[in-house]
Amino acid sequence: MAVQNEITYAQAVRDAMREEMARDPDVFLMGEDIGVYRGAFGVTQEMYREFPGRVIDTPIAEAGFVGVAIGAAVEGMRPIVEIMFSDFISVCFDMLLNQAPKMHFMFGGKVQVPLVVRAAAGCGTGAAAQHSQSLEAMLCHIPGLKVVAPSTPYDAKGLLKSSIRDNNPVIFLEEKTLYRTKGLVPDHDYTIPLGQADIKRTGSDCTLVTYGRMVPTCLSAANTLLKEGISCEVVDLRTLLPMDKPAIFESVKKTKRLLIVHEAVKTGGLGGEISASVAESDAFYYLDAPIRRLAAWDTPVPFSAVLEKGVLPDEEKVCAAVRELMG
Amino acid sequence: MNKELASRLLLKMMLIRRFEENVQYYFTLGMIHGTCHLCIGEEATAAGTCLALEKDDDMFATHRGHGAAIAKGIDIRRMMAEIFGRSTGVCKGLGGSMHIADKDVGVLGANGIVGPSMALACGAAMAHKMRGEKRVAAAFFGDGATNEGIFHESMNLASIWKLPVLFICTNNTYGMSTHISKVMADTEIEHRAIPFKMKACTIDGNDAELVYETVRAARAEILEDPQPILIVENTYRISGHSKSDGNLYRTKEEISAWKEKDPIRTFAGRMEAQGILTKAETDALWAEADEKIRAAVDFATQSPYPKVEDLYDSVYAE
Ligand SMILES: Cc1ncc(C[n+]2csc(CCOP(=O)(O)OP(=O)(O)O)c2C)c(N)n1
Ligand SMILES: [Mg+2]
Repeated sequence: MAVQNEITYAQAVRDAMREEMARDPDVFLMGEDIGVYRGAFGVTQEMYREFPGRVIDTPIAEAGFVGVAIGAAVEGMRPIVEIMFSDFISVCFDMLLNQAPKMHFMFGGKVQVPLVVRAAAGCGTGAAAQHSQSLEAMLCHIPGLKVVAPSTPYDAKGLLKSSIRDNNPVIFLEEKTLYRTKGLVPDHDYTIPLGQADIKRTGSDCTLVTYGRMVPTCLSAANTLLKEGISCEVVDLRTLLPMDKPAIFESVKKTKRLLIVHEAVKTGGLGGEISASVAESDAFYYLDAPIRRLAAWDTPVPFSAVLEKGVLPDEEKVCAAVRELMG
Repeated sequence: MNKELASRLLLKMMLIRRFEENVQYYFTLGMIHGTCHLCIGEEATAAGTCLALEKDDDMFATHRGHGAAIAKGIDIRRMMAEIFGRSTGVCKGLGGSMHIADKDVGVLGANGIVGPSMALACGAAMAHKMRGEKRVAAAFFGDGATNEGIFHESMNLASIWKLPVLFICTNNTYGMSTHISKVMADTEIEHRAIPFKMKACTIDGNDAELVYETVRAARAEILEDPQPILIVENTYRISGHSKSDGNLYRTKEEISAWKEKDPIRTFAGRMEAQGILTKAETDALWAEADEKIRAAVDFATQSPYPKVEDLYDSVYAE
C-alpha cells in the first residue's frame, strides 16, 4: 500500500511545481508577488528560496511577462506563469488568444509552446465583479489551448504535472475557494493524463456532469438525494479542453438523465456544449427526461454576500433540479 | 492657507482615516466580507487632490479608492453601506469596496483592475474637450500601475490629443510586496512623461497643502490650455496591501519612520503652529469625523440587504 498524505489543494499545486522544477531545469515560474509575498493565495510559499533565480517576481505587466513566457517556451523552456486572478487574463489576452495557441498550427508544426498559465478562478469570496469570474468557456473556444480545472488536491497535483510536461499551452484554473480544502495524495510521483474525466461517484438514476468547485457541491447533493432513494453519478470533467465526451455519453446511457452544473454564467457556458454533444450522440436515444443545465445567473458577479450566494448553484438547487428530472 | 480651506482639508483626511479604521475593524469582526485595500497614511494625496477638483470634474480611482471617493464628496453613509453590502449602498450593494462609485459627484469608480483608470480618464477628458466644457478629468494610479502597457498608451494618447487630464500617481513605492527599485530601472516616475513631452512634477504627497496647491494650479493650467499633466505624489501605505498581507517585504522600522510623517498630524501641527487653527479646533474636527463615521456605520448596519430577485434589472441600461 502506497503512503498517502493529507494535504491542501494549494500544497498539491505547489508540490507539483516543486517536483517538476527539481526534475527538469527548464521549468521556471513567473508572476506577481510570488516571491517574498508567497503568492496572493499563498501557493508559492518558500519556493523562491528553494529555487533561486527560477521563481521570478514580475512587474505588473501581464501582457509583457506572458509574452516573455511564450517566447521562452518557443525556445524550449517550460515556463509556468501565475496570473493572480483569472479575471486579469483580459490584460494579456492577445498572448492567450492570438499568440500561444496558434503558433504550432500556423507555423506548420515546427514550433511548440510548452507553457502553463495558472490562474485563480471562481467566486464565493466576496471579491466582486472583476475578481470572481469563471471564464473557462471563453478559453475553451480557442483551439490550440488546453484548459484544466481540477477539483481535488489529488487531481490538482497529477494534472499540473501533466500540464507542465505537455508541449502545448495549458490554462490551469485553480478555484480560489478550493485552495484550503484537503485530500489524500500519494507519496510517489504520479501524473493524470489531460483529457480524462473521473467518475467521482457512481450512481444509476441521474448523471451530474460538473467540474471545479461544483464537484464537492454535487457530491454533497448526491449524498442528500441518496437518502431520498435517488442515486446520482457524478462525472468530474477535470480537463475542459479537450473534453472527455465518451465518459459523459457512457454515464448518460446508464442513468438516462443528465444535469450539468457549473459556476460560470449559463449563456454561452460549457453546459451548452455538453448538452449539444449529448444531443448529437447516440446517448440522446437513452434519455428519459430533457437535459438540464444549472449555472450562475447571467449577471456579473455581485458583491453583497446575499446576492453572490443567490446567483450561484448550490447543493439545494442541485437537489431541486435532480428531483424535477426524476419527475 | 486660509482657515476655511485648512479645516476642510483636515476634516477630509480625518474622515478618511476614521473610515478606514472602522472598515478594518468590522472586517476583522467578519461583518464585512470580500477584500479591501485601505489607504491609511495616504490621506493627503486623496484630500489634497480631490479638494482641488470641482464637483463637476471627473475622478477615476484605483483599487485603493476609499479616500479619493470620500474626498471627492461621496455620501459617506451610503459608501459605508456599500461596503457592508446593503441595498442603500452607493452601488446598491453590487460593487463593494473595489467598485465604489457615484457619478453625481464625479466619482467614476474605484477599479479592481490595475491600470484602466488612466485610459478611462482620457476618454472623459476627451468628452469634456469636444463639448467645450470647463471640466477636467483626473486619474489616480499607483507606482506599480505605471509598468502596465496601458499607462504608456494613455500618456501617449493624452499628449497627442492634448486632453485636459491629470495623471495622479500615488507613489507609495510598493505594488503589493514589490518595491519600485525591483521593477523600474529609473524610479523617478516623473521621467516617464519626457518621451510624451508632457509636463510633470514630483511632490511630497504627505503634505496636504502642497498637494492641494499643485493640483489646483495644474487644473487651472489645463483648463486654460488643454493638455495632460503628470503629478507624482510621494507617500506611503501604512496599512497592509489588503487583507492577505503578512508585511514580509518591509521592516517595522520603515513603517514607523513613515508613521512619523503622518499626513494628518503634520498638517494639524503646522496649522496650529501658524495660528490658522487652534488645538481646540483641530480636536473638534476629530470629534466631528468620529461622529460622522459612527453615523455612517449605524446607517450601514441598519440598512437592508439587497434582493436577488431584482438583480436582472441592473445588468443593462434602459
Ligand atoms: C491587471 C491587474 N494585475 C494585477 C492585479 C493585482 N493587484 C491589485 S493591486 C496590485 C498592486 C498595485 O500597485 P500600485 O499600482 O502601486 O498601487 P498600490 O496598491 O500601491 O496603491 C496588484 C498587483 C490587478 N488588480 N490587476
Ligand atoms: Mg504602490
